[in-house]
Amino acid sequence: MNERRVVVTGTGIISAIGNNTHDFWNNLVACNSGIGPFDSVDPALMRFKNGAEVKKFDASTLIEKSDLDLMDRFAQFSVVAAKEAVSQSGIVFTEENGYRSAVICGTSIGGVHAQEQTYIDLYRENKSRVHPLSIPKTMPNGAASNVSMQMGITGPVYTISTACASSNHAIGNAFWLIRNGLCDQALAGGSETPFTYTFLKAWEAIRVVSPDTCRPFSKTRQGMILGEGSGMILLETLENAKKRGAEILAEIVGFGMSSDASHITKPDQKGAERAMKLAMEDAKMNVEQVGYINAHGTGTLVNDTMEVAAIKNVFGNHANELPISSTKSMHGHALGATSSLEAVATIMALKNGILPPTANFEEVDETCNIDVIANASRSKSIKYALSNAFAFGGLNAVLAFKKWEE
Amino acid sequence: MSELIFEKIATILSTKKGIDKESILIESSFEDLGLDSLDAVELISDLEDEFNVTIPNMELQSIKTIQQAVDGLQKAIGS
Repeated sequence: MNERRVVVTGTGIISAIGNNTHDFWNNLVACNSGIGPFDSVDPALMRFKNGAEVKKFDASTLIEKSDLDLMDRFAQFSVVAAKEAVSQSGIVFTEENGYRSAVICGTSIGGVHAQEQTYIDLYRENKSRVHPLSIPKTMPNGAASNVSMQMGITGPVYTISTACASSNHAIGNAFWLIRNGLCDQALAGGSETPFTYTFLKAWEAIRVVSPDTCRPFSKTRQGMILGEGSGMILLETLENAKKRGAEILAEIVGFGMSSDASHITKPDQKGAERAMKLAMEDAKMNVEQVGYINAHGTGTLVNDTMEVAAIKNVFGNHANELPISSTKSMHGHALGATSSLEAVATIMALKNGILPPTANFEEVDETCNIDVIANASRSKSIKYALSNAFAFGGLNAVLAFKKWEE
Repeated sequence: MSELIFEKIATILSTKKGIDKESILIESSFEDLGLDSLDAVELISDLEDEFNVTIPNMELQSIKTIQQAVDGLQKAIGS
């Protein structure tokens, strides 16, 4: 049996630069960063004051009040993004195809807002009990479960938590499930809402957050900027997409994953290289075919230097003519959701023939000397693109996408 | 002041990391002592609490030896 081809027919986005794919993409192309002072935590209590928060999010017109009450903010993000992806693809989930459908969501931390409230109630307010829905709202599978309930999806539904690579692992798993015939369509991606006082304090303590903004690959970079958001994509077999007459946005062709097995936070270049190579092997493509990489590009000293060295090793001479960018400079580092936002950016880049830029770039760093599409998007039609994710814990996941053509 | 800071570093590293106090020298690098980047963050954070000062992230990341830690702390206390 020939391997089944898997295509993307819908995308949904909640992010600091737009609460739908259209606005998100337009802001990426215009190099508009969503990074600024956060207001969900009192900045006077924090060493760093900037983040990429989602503004003006209101799910009340899209989700029934009784359902909304079951969801923490991160689950609401996923459900709204999933609805956008489903609406764009035009797919209808029924009892019949529901069994053959999957939901795979990535998140690093799950429902931290509900969890935070339990701390406030117990430790600050000295209450003797907490909200009765604290458990279902806090559980990291809250997003995947609520998406499945809203859509009537009754096949494989689960959550992947691999820190900053969670969404790439989720999308890659969904791709393989469909390609291998275990289901026919899937909603995959991730969501994250990290702006709670306790969680920001934990990031403050590990000393990798920038005091100003996120400047990936720039000599002046001072660290990452936390973001929140969700990206969900609708994947299905090429056969079904054609049968339904759906618009195909891109094809997903490869997935590679690896573990550094070395240090809990310091990335190992060899692990990153292996994940990129495996994604291209899985796609049966060669390095010269890659026309763009949406880099992990956190804006930390260590990641960016390591990532560029890894790209140069894997791509050899082709690295000299291979544009890369880090869109985290605009949507922030949304942790478990970040690679879902970046997957959508990559899909849109292939579809529209425009490569999104690296914003806030100031000065070339000799250790990151590569074409980083600084500060302005670039019109360029490309055929293949990679999207990199390298997580704390040494977990790497890389996706390969292809411009849609017969 | 620098002796006091050094003494504090040696105490922290011996109690928290089980490093023999005698082996901790002013010229030791963190690498010599088997400390990685996270251990360094932990150490500097403890020193910040102890001396009630703040060391910026970028400065923290360039501290790789006991001498640099002492100098960084002294600078923060002095300013």
